[in-house]
Amino acid sequence: MGDFQTVQVETDLLIIGGGMAGCGAAVEAAHWAKKNGLRVTLVDKAAIDRSGAVAMGLSAINQYVGLKDGQNTVKDYVEYVRNDLMGVTREDLVASIARHVDSTVHMFEKWGLPIWKDPKGGYVHEGRWQLMINGESYKVIVAEAAKNALGMDNIYERVFIVAPLMDGGRVAGAVGFSVREEKFYVFKAKAVLVALGGAVHVFKPRSTGEGLGRAWYPPWNAGSSAYYAIQAGAEMTCQEVRFIPVRFKDAYGPVGAWFLLFQARATNAQGEDYMVTNRPELEKWLPYGHVKPVPANLRNWLMMLDVNAGKGPIYMRTEEAIQKIVAAQTDPKEAKKKLRELEIEAWEDFLDMTISQAILWASTNVQPEEKPSEIAPAEPYFIGSHSGASGAWVSGPRDLAPDEYFWGYENMATAEGLFCAGDASGASSHKFSSGSCTEGRIAAKAAIRYIVERMQSAPAIDGAQVEKLRADILRPLALFQENKGKSTDPNINPNFVKPKSFMIRLQKIMDEYAGGVSSQFTTSQKQLERGLELLGFLKEDSAKLAAEDLHELMRCWENVHRMWQAEAHVRTVLFREETRWPGYYFRADKPAMNPDWQCFANCRYDSKSGEWTMSKRPILKLF
Amino acid sequence: MPSFVNPEKCDGCKALDKTACQHICPNDLMVLNKETMKAYNQEPEMCWECYNCVKICPVQAIEVRGYADFVPMDAGVIPLRSTDSILWTVKFRNGSLKRFKFPIRTTPEGKADPAGGWPEGAGDLNSAALFTEPQSLGLPEVFTLKK
Repeated sequence: MGDFQTVQVETDLLIIGGGMAGCGAAVEAAHWAKKNGLRVTLVDKAAIDRSGAVAMGLSAINQYVGLKDGQNTVKDYVEYVRNDLMGVTREDLVASIARHVDSTVHMFEKWGLPIWKDPKGGYVHEGRWQLMINGESYKVIVAEAAKNALGMDNIYERVFIVAPLMDGGRVAGAVGFSVREEKFYVFKAKAVLVALGGAVHVFKPRSTGEGLGRAWYPPWNAGSSAYYAIQAGAEMTCQEVRFIPVRFKDAYGPVGAWFLLFQARATNAQGEDYMVTNRPELEKWLPYGHVKPVPANLRNWLMMLDVNAGKGPIYMRTEEAIQKIVAAQTDPKEAKKKLRELEIEAWEDFLDMTISQAILWASTNVQPEEKPSEIAPAEPYFIGSHSGASGAWVSGPRDLAPDEYFWGYENMATAEGLFCAGDASGASSHKFSSGSCTEGRIAAKAAIRYIVERMQSAPAIDGAQVEKLRADILRPLALFQENKGKSTDPNINPNFVKPKSFMIRLQKIMDEYAGGVSSQFTTSQKQLERGLELLGFLKEDSAKLAAEDLHELMRCWENVHRMWQAEAHVRTVLFREETRWPGYYFRADKPAMNPDWQCFANCRYDSKSGEWTMSKRPILKLF
Repeated sequence: MPSFVNPEKCDGCKALDKTACQHICPNDLMVLNKETMKAYNQEPEMCWECYNCVKICPVQAIEVRGYADFVPMDAGVIPLRSTDSILWTVKFRNGSLKRFKFPIRTTPEGKADPAGGWPEGAGDLNSAALFTEPQSLGLPEVFTLKK
């Protein structure tokens, strides 16, 4: 690997990840950097036109508060998020995003995103906070604004960032490699904004053959945000708060339009609405069992109770919903027109964001107006931007954050110079695409202010640190070359493990010990402890990951990232001695909510000692 | 395999330094076989069926055959994406067809103005107002709690 060229890039603000948060950060940072004579560089492992979680498109914008028309207040949004997360949320962060998100949505519209309008010119709502869009090119449009703001000269595509570069306890850049040519990249920066998405494929997915990639969230979200922050020594929060989406079974098509726009019911195979028949169960989860809407994890839980009782399959009653809407039309001509409209809306919902679901419906001859379709809980995901909450513990804004939550710069982690947005920042759920883009903007402005106020000179980088990182990061390539002669099969070798096998091993541990699909999302102290023991062996074996080429080298490091997300998760589920989100995971040995755990469960890894520190942090209400 | 390449149509994007599908795939799956000059999906089990390779292919050489894990055969979904709209053809297993056309953007390609036409704002690094705020919020000021 001596041929690898080392490329050094010096900048002021480094934005890592070009998804919704990264693009929002780019637009915002470009403005403030220009005013202050600073440089901004963005790096993405893919092409930003189609990178991140919105790469395929989306059929709705899930966070729009409607402040200007007085539809809702910032407080309304905070209360909604607090309740959905069973009380565990950073209200200052949620309020910070909520007060700005409408501006971002208005910008999307100006950039060219078609947002549905009613006859009076107002946005068409899918639900209270959700707007309907023609979102096939949502990401292309947002990336275009970022490219126009920053200029392609400042954007590095197809460079995979592996790890942080540190100047003592301060973040000073990042290192990685090109997945296209033999180049090792060293980015030096005065501040770093991490927006590398959440994590998929930490747990075994329901489809494991050719369909392994059909995760609900995209398979390229590999826990890189968590890894970067953990290795930088940042305190992490809500690492236990994974998310399990209920979606159309197998292809994971969205259910939001059916539940919210078309007002469909979900029932068990006997036609019973489990939200009605299992309602008494909600009494066990008060006060959150009584809030409207019922928190996502409790809706999951009531469904899971029916599944576990053998009352499945569970169906989205599409036929019932359509018949009801059509029946409300008195004129038969209007009814026919309405039916066609619903058909178009239903199919666009899939075609914009989960084309696999359209294939599945076509291949099973589904006419939604004639028969219901199966829905099911998927597998666990790490996605702090949705109804999960995992991410770094970051400062709130000066005017909204209580003192305990404020250390100078909004969205700065506890590692100095590290700013986090989107799935990278924790305890600020329900930001979705629009809120993530908004949070990128908030973090970018704060990062520029940090540089202006605190960072007059470039960080000092120890050359030995860079050399060690380079050797470690490229080692899988060397390991393959040194040992390939010991087997006729490039994938089966006594001296190394390939990334795919490594990932399958991780998924099996998590699935069986940390409450995955095959253990019905149930775990316990003993299960978790055994899982940690097995993760320990896996961690040792990560030094034996081998790669034949640059693509596989990326896969090696993605799976190391996943492994660290897994460990943070298992340790935190173990630490929190209660069950608080039963529809996300169930601690069989601690089967109820415990008021002692009305707090955040945080963790921090010390790379010098190799020790994890677990801590409780108070929940302070804003409203 | 999720996305696959029709060898009769693929020309390896011969005039370009890299193929369009290789450029766009978010998961780094599409590669060019330099001997045959045909593209292929190197890791179909990591394919999300996001269709970005299908949409971008200049000769419509790429299609998706639904995941073998759970998709019965003989159906297909085919996009035709232009600069302002996308036309979808949905072929059912029973032979029936549906066609849908949706807008994809309202501005000319490449013309997204970062400021969206709003004034840039007061330019105060210490205020809560972001670039283009408060105008882009449609409000006189940004919400705050302490003054």
